[in-house]
Amino acid sequence: MSYMKMTASVLAIAALSATAASARDQVQVSGSSTVLPYSTIVAEAFGENFEFPTPVVEGGGSGAGRKKLCEGVGANTVDIANSSSRMTKGDYDLCVSNGVTEVMEVRFGYDGIVFASDINGPEFAFTQADIHAALAAKVVVDGALVDNTATTWADVNPELPAQEIMVFVPGTKHGTREVFDEKVIILGCEENGTMAAHEAAGAEDAEASCMELRTDGRSIDIDGDYTETLARVDANKNGIGVFGLSFYQNNTDKLQVATMGGVVPTTESIAAGDYPVSRPLFFYVKKAHLGVIPGLKEYVSFFVSDDMAGPDGPLAAYGLVSDPELAATQAMVEAETPMEAVQ
Amino acid sequence: MTDISPTSAEAPKRPQAHGSLLTATPLMKRRNAAETRFHAYGIAAIVVALLTLAIMLFTIIRDGHSAFYQATMTFPVTIDAAVVDKTGTRDVAEMTKVTTIGYARILGESLVKHLADEGLVVEGMTDKEITDMISKDAPARLRDRVLADTSLVGQTVTVDVFTGGRVDGYFKGRVTREIAERDSNVTVTQLDMADLMEEAGILSSQFNWSFITAPDASDLRPEAAGLGVALLGTLYMMLLTFIFTLPIGVAASIYLEEFAPKNRLTDLIEVNISNLAAVPSIVYGILGLAIFINFAGLPSSAPLVGALVLTLMTLPTIIIATRAAIRAVPPSIRDAALGVGASKMQTVVHHVLPLAAPGILTGTILGLASAAGETGPLLLIGMVAFVTNYPASPLDGGFLDPASALPVQVYSWASRSDPAFIERSSGAIIVLLIFLFFMNALAIVLRRRFERRW
Repeated sequence: MSYMKMTASVLAIAALSATAASARDQVQVSGSSTVLPYSTIVAEAFGENFEFPTPVVEGGGSGAGRKKLCEGVGANTVDIANSSSRMTKGDYDLCVSNGVTEVMEVRFGYDGIVFASDINGPEFAFTQADIHAALAAKVVVDGALVDNTATTWADVNPELPAQEIMVFVPGTKHGTREVFDEKVIILGCEENGTMAAHEAAGAEDAEASCMELRTDGRSIDIDGDYTETLARVDANKNGIGVFGLSFYQNNTDKLQVATMGGVVPTTESIAAGDYPVSRPLFFYVKKAHLGVIPGLKEYVSFFVSDDMAGPDGPLAAYGLVSDPELAATQAMVEAETPMEAVQ
Repeated sequence: MTDISPTSAEAPKRPQAHGSLLTATPLMKRRNAAETRFHAYGIAAIVVALLTLAIMLFTIIRDGHSAFYQATMTFPVTIDAAVVDKTGTRDVAEMTKVTTIGYARILGESLVKHLADEGLVVEGMTDKEITDMISKDAPARLRDRVLADTSLVGQTVTVDVFTGGRVDGYFKGRVTREIAERDSNVTVTQLDMADLMEEAGILSSQFNWSFITAPDASDLRPEAAGLGVALLGTLYMMLLTFIFTLPIGVAASIYLEEFAPKNRLTDLIEVNISNLAAVPSIVYGILGLAIFINFAGLPSSAPLVGALVLTLMTLPTIIIATRAAIRAVPPSIRDAALGVGASKMQTVVHHVLPLAAPGILTGTILGLASAAGETGPLLLIGMVAFVTNYPASPLDGGFLDPASALPVQVYSWASRSDPAFIERSSGAIIVLLIFLFFMNALAIVLRRRFERRW
């Protein structure tokens, strides 16, 4: 029977410790897996140089992170949501209805999205129109909208290599997909005249018709991480993957990057606005937790400081395109200005 | 089975009216052939299973063994008082204002100077390239060391620091000169220098204890990432899960097996327990998030919440195993105990439970072992996270501190961009397998030790 006593006492200790720890000592962050590496780099440096414990950083996706942020105010909800896209009206309304009325929107830099293929294959120089013409479900041939039958890149644009079309695009649950649709597919659709053809054909939503990708196995949705895309490109030497710039920079031994509109994607060309496919990265801070959770304000200030997010900081070394308006962000963080309501 | 081989030569001598067992009739041949095939199927199944296991172990060990070794540089560092202690008072509070950036400069300058003193020169190598060979983790370790012992300021101490992940990959064969030319994170001159340093005895490959003890590290320093927090987290969760599941599981099984009346209600309970054992583990994660975090207000990422979720998940398995162990105790033992006047409770506690104990423990440990490998339920309660602070000891509320877990670490490393994390992911699988191997071995030992036969 002695083990019964032991169990009882251990249970009592567990219950005691549960009541003892009401407040939280460390910052909790959740959200986008694109922002995750940047967030962990900052968290690590923060833990080393400040007296506060290292923040706990979770992945899980931009949307999931924002929903967690908006669950309410209190130590058992997260303090910061990382996000690779802006907060939607739905999220903002959810926040407000749960009492999270003041949220700070911090834009800390930009991320480039690149097309990369096997290092030993031919080089590619794309335009958005090429990508759209290769992947869209419907294309314009001789002035008429027809099903896409292109099999090689040379069919799309004679200047491209005669390699089978096979592109691994991020799945619809990724924030990257939104940028891919918006900055590549829709722009390409306009450029090669398909958008006009859709409108002429009486499509209700020409943009939605543009974004329909072919389903014959030449455009493949990847729902996993970039590591999965890399594994697929490794297995199919004809494949072209869509990656984040920082992921490509860490795997330059296996991948070569394609130019877009004649511009090679680098942190410089993205910062200058020459490379067209990029997006801002954000994190959202719950203002009610500032001053309650120890270290939260310091972490946020440290994140946007020149030492971290500046052009020579470790985030830029990892592949972040630093924000030219970082000083404005720093001032906003100092003043703790909450974001305006999303309309 | 009929044995026909040695005597079959004599068989024809004896007159046979209705055929003999010793003559090979067509029917007999068919039956023997079927028998042989049946054996072959069994052996083939075992061979396939073993082969799969061997291939799995081979690939994991091939990819993961290198995580246990790490290229380490040893060189003297002069801790410049002008940098780390500007006030000169040796006041720790003042000294903490110097960040790791200052310490990184000290390390870099010392390495450049040491290489120059040793006469190691590679044509066209800049000081920055030399400095970049040092792991980004090293300044933090030096800073902690100096802050813990301020008498080191102004002294020259010998430090062991990791090289960056790419240089380490060069010694592990992952990075070659060809790759280095294309890779923006490492240069060929750095690899040449690494070769020179190895010859001079400054750089060597050493057993990497920090892989087991150190906490996780960010994508900028894969060489420093370790399993310390994950191991502690898994250990805490297993301990709590054991404490929670054993009493509940045993009490439920004893009641259902020995005391409960056989009626529709108990049948319903029984069917439901079996059903629960087949529920996908992620469902328990959703339940845990709703009940323990959102309703009860327990902190997320805590081993206590993880253990509660894993308890819910393993209880059905453990109840089923425990009931089987109790049922395996012969009824004659219960009858004898009741016959000499023991009460029902005495029978159970004095006779049935001790005899069923090895079976119960085995079932519990195997249930725990499968729980130790789960990621799904932990995903939703915030344990799939980047945690670098060790949880405190259980007496200081460590069960509520954030922690990670071994399978979680495998998962999160596998999705990082730096290729060096692939080896660490496989290395973590090896550690997890060793952990499970010991748990299973414990189950076997307990069964062997305490097993009784009648």
